[in-house]
Amino acid sequence: MAHYELDARRMFCPMPVIRTQDKIKELKAGDTLEVVSTDPGALNDIPAWSRINGHKVLQTRETDDEVFVTVEVCES
Amino acid sequence: MSQQRKAVALISGGLDSLLAARSMLEQGIHVEGINFFTGFCVEGHTHAIRKKDKSKPKRNNALWSAEQLGIKLHIIDIVEEYKDVLLNPKHGYGKNMNPCLDCKIFMVNKAKQWAEENGFDFIITGEVIGQRPMSQRKDTMPVISKESGADDRLLRPLCAQNLPATLPEKEGWVKREALFGFSGRNRKPQMELAAKYGFEDYAKPAGGCCFLTDESYSAKLVDLWDARGAREYEMDDVMLLKVGRHIRPAPHYKLIIGREDGENKFLQGYKKSFITFKTMDCPGPLTLLDGVASDTDLEFAARICARYSQGRNSETVTIEARRTNGDTTTLVVKPMASADIKPEWHV
Repeated sequence: MAHYELDARRMFCPMPVIRTQDKIKELKAGDTLEVVSTDPGALNDIPAWSRINGHKVLQTRETDDEVFVTVEVCES
Repeated sequence: MSQQRKAVALISGGLDSLLAARSMLEQGIHVEGINFFTGFCVEGHTHAIRKKDKSKPKRNNALWSAEQLGIKLHIIDIVEEYKDVLLNPKHGYGKNMNPCLDCKIFMVNKAKQWAEENGFDFIITGEVIGQRPMSQRKDTMPVISKESGADDRLLRPLCAQNLPATLPEKEGWVKREALFGFSGRNRKPQMELAAKYGFEDYAKPAGGCCFLTDESYSAKLVDLWDARGAREYEMDDVMLLKVGRHIRPAPHYKLIIGREDGENKFLQGYKKSFITFKTMDCPGPLTLLDGVASDTDLEFAARICARYSQGRNSETVTIEARRTNGDTTTLVVKPMASADIKPEWHV
């Protein structure tokens, strides 16, 4: 199990989701990925994508300018 | 027990694709969704750029549809490949710069490739005969099936009863009698079906989902190509055409003027690529200059920028013009009178 980070700043929906999807394809079950985005929509979209594709959202948080979503990769 | 068949559904986020996918689930088909990102998709970008609007939930409707359906959704970035579709549409454009027929052929072909790679049996779409003037007509729907290569593996559940039987129907994977015979622009049958399935908060029916169908956006795109003398674009161009007020006072440059704080902030990200203007002694928009500009042009552009600032009624407004190398010039200008901004400058 390993932790990864994905910089999806200055991308707009759905690019942060696409980058997340592509990155998770490379990871193994149990790995975690923290995505950082400047698109506030990512705060909803990445968890939605994770839920429908069988992955677990561990944490979401936001600052004034950025949102952070941490996903645990699950078998799907 | 018979083998469960698999369909890949083109999910746009609208009502029709939601219903089409749901009708397949009703028939026991395993469905997964596919959604293509061309760069011109309406939802998301403008919403993300503009200042936070708490009254409107920010959601991606394709993801929302998939979640309602309980299916997986695969979002595919086709920005680069899509350029050829937009620039060289075999079947031409619709009312604006929308190459709808070529676009649908391209997407169904991509879905077919995906289906082959992932062991899926057929493709479904939410198309309805007569609903769209270019891509959803009785004479063009067979063209999509044929030119995409999907042929009879392309099923349109919502209007299937008005079309020849497809492979899934002929093989008995789906029951034709349980499909639908919708046609035309009347949305009532879809709304009734949505109610039957219990869908309430779906995306606005018949809402356009592509900027290329928008007259104003298309005009800006054509203007961009004319000004550059070449039909080409990058993703940043696509984004900037969605943002701000576009004013072209001269053939060799255009101004992109932020309309509110979110747009100003977004435009700031381009200050290393464009000359930028900002007001120094009063609140005002951030403005980008796309093109080349002499010192005279800079002053003229600054006057226009001042017109859209809160100092528009002042004798003078102080504006900082910043070149892409970081050099700045401070200009004290008289805001241009509204009447002097010619209507034809507005792109």
